[in-house]
Amino acid sequence: MVRKSRFRNVAVGVTLLWITLFVIIPYLFVVVVSFLERDSMHLIRWVFTLEHYRELFSPVFLAVCRNSFFLAFVTTVIALILAYPFAFILNRIPEKTRRFLILLMIIPFWTSSLIRTYALIILFKANGIINTFLLWLGIIEQPLNILYTEVAVFVGLVYTLLPFMILPLYASIQRLEPQLVEAARDLGATTKAVFLDIVLPITMPGIIAGCIMVFLPALGLFYIPDLLGGARSMLIGNFIKNQFLTTGNWPLGSAASVLLTLLMVLFLYGYYLSARRTSTGGMGRIA
Amino acid sequence: MEKVPIVRLRGVTKRFDDVVAVDTLDLDIYEGEFLTLLGPSGCGKTTVLRIIAGFETPDTGEIFMNGDRLTNIPPNKRNVNTVFQSYALFPHMNVFDNIAFGLKMKQCDKKSIQEEVRRAIDIVKLSGLEQRRPFQLSGGQQQRVAMARAIVNKPKVLLLDEPLSALDYRLRQEMQLELKRLHRQLGITFVFVTHDQVEAISMSDRIAVMNEGRIEQIGTPITIYEEPDNMFVARFVGEINVFDGRVKHVENGSAQVDIHGQRFKVQNKKNLFPGQDVTVLLRPEDIMVSPNGNGSGGEGPALSGSVDEVIYKGKTVDLIITLDQGETIFVTQFFNEDQENVVYSQGQRVDVDWLYGWEVVL
Ligand SMILES: Nc1ncnc2c1ncn2[C@@H]1O[C@H](COP(=O)(O)OP(=O)(O)O)[C@@H](O)[C@H]1O
Ligand SMILES: [Mg+2]
Repeated sequence: MVRKSRFRNVAVGVTLLWITLFVIIPYLFVVVVSFLERDSMHLIRWVFTLEHYRELFSPVFLAVCRNSFFLAFVTTVIALILAYPFAFILNRIPEKTRRFLILLMIIPFWTSSLIRTYALIILFKANGIINTFLLWLGIIEQPLNILYTEVAVFVGLVYTLLPFMILPLYASIQRLEPQLVEAARDLGATTKAVFLDIVLPITMPGIIAGCIMVFLPALGLFYIPDLLGGARSMLIGNFIKNQFLTTGNWPLGSAASVLLTLLMVLFLYGYYLSARRTSTGGMGRIA
Repeated sequence: MEKVPIVRLRGVTKRFDDVVAVDTLDLDIYEGEFLTLLGPSGCGKTTVLRIIAGFETPDTGEIFMNGDRLTNIPPNKRNVNTVFQSYALFPHMNVFDNIAFGLKMKQCDKKSIQEEVRRAIDIVKLSGLEQRRPFQLSGGQQQRVAMARAIVNKPKVLLLDEPLSALDYRLRQEMQLELKRLHRQLGITFVFVTHDQVEAISMSDRIAVMNEGRIEQIGTPITIYEEPDNMFVARFVGEINVFDGRVKHVENGSAQVDIHGQRFKVQNKKNLFPGQDVTVLLRPEDIMVSPNGNGSGGEGPALSGSVDEVIYKGKTVDLIITLDQGETIFVTQFFNEDQENVVYSQGQRVDVDWLYGWEVVL
């Protein structure tokens, strides 16, 4: 027992140290920098200002936000529509097939998503695999313009983020007892009512978790619009990257980062509320 | 004129892979009765309920309700409600909304839903808990919500799948009485599933004893207990002593059976013939014990043996007796004023016999 608890202490300690060093301290830097003045020579000057937060309300940034939210929102909706039935099927198929499918879903994570995005270029470009194949089939006569369109960006975002939607949905559907569906049918519910009144509310925490895990990264995955999209497809992530790497406006980039973080906190609070509302306190508890 | 059963199963078979869960089963359930499906775990009780509810479609055979074919009607269109073994309460709804669910599905208006739910809550004695969520309730309360959620729809038939099995002993006794009260009060047909023979006997109008997907016997608790059709039923509904014998002589309505060299007179209901091997069954409380050499009332045949174990139970004394031929039998004796010497001591020599007509011959 003593050895076990010492191991636990060490493990927890190392994790805490790691998070402090590489997450909390850098993040505090970002917060501090966002309140400092910009300096073309030294990047920042140690003078307090709220200027950069005011800049976040400028038409330029608002346009980026609007576009970014639109991309992320559509990505989330597409991912949800694709993932929900898939997660359902995943729960209904035999154990062996299920494990295989989950493995297939996880394998791409072993490759950097940047490299996988380059792979998408090979699929999409004018003389890429998709066009060559369609031309060969005779379905089209001219190569389709896929690369550098919004469609390519959506495909890239959905492709990259889909597993983050499927996994929480899968978990929440797994917790839905089949008996509850039967009970609802028994009480006269149509298939539609079963879905709307039972399945949807009970799996809502999974839906919200999945949406958070797709929506937030979708705002920040700057290299996907960079590589696959036209100039119009700009995400908040691209904006932040540009402030740091192109314009050299670190404080503004930091302020935008802080905004993203606040958004995330807000979403997580929403998730917490919904999870509490549908909590079961151990469903099917006996006595 | 034959009574039309409210539910009729004809030749119903249900297989799961290579398991035959229900095997060409015929069953008639009558309006207003309390019918219990009794049998060991895995004998197909739940599957029968699920077929009546519509969750399973039989591979062969038909179900009728009031004479109409029900076989391919989906569960939400059947006038039948189920109380699930695990209760299956909706975790995201409070007690009120759980109970109101069926009425909402029927598109009843708000006011009548309010009234009906309130009435159901009163019937199952849950007043004051309307706003609680299922996980904030005790097992007994969850059970009541499950009952209320079903009966509020006024089903023709209420299906109950081992509804009491998750409750502790005391609560279970209480809920048994409660269920009987509900059955009387509502007049709804109850189809109740249990593997507990005591529960089945004390609650039911009729019992169907099931084994391996078939009904072994169906009848009133008294018939099932006192006149079992076969060894399975005899053994399943309570302790029983089994004697092998051979018919020696047949008379008008009775027969002489030889058991361990003693001639016993038994009832002849089954056209016994001389030379036939039979099994004579006796419930522990039907056997009479007397001190050795005395016989029963000093006359008639008896089997002798010695007392192995005396178990004092308060209302009764149970004796385990080993006969001289080596068989072990189980006897329950009630205290009464005429017979004071029911307390035997370990090792004491005794005679056992029974009154003519109390035996079952198979
Ligand atoms: N969905 C199912 N899939 C496979 N086998 C099943 C299924 N449901 C029941 N069975 C089998 O059918 C038999 C009867 O089951 P059940 O009706 O649940 O019995 P009981 O309720 O009397 O315990 C059992 O052998 C059980 O394993
Ligand atoms: Mg069962």
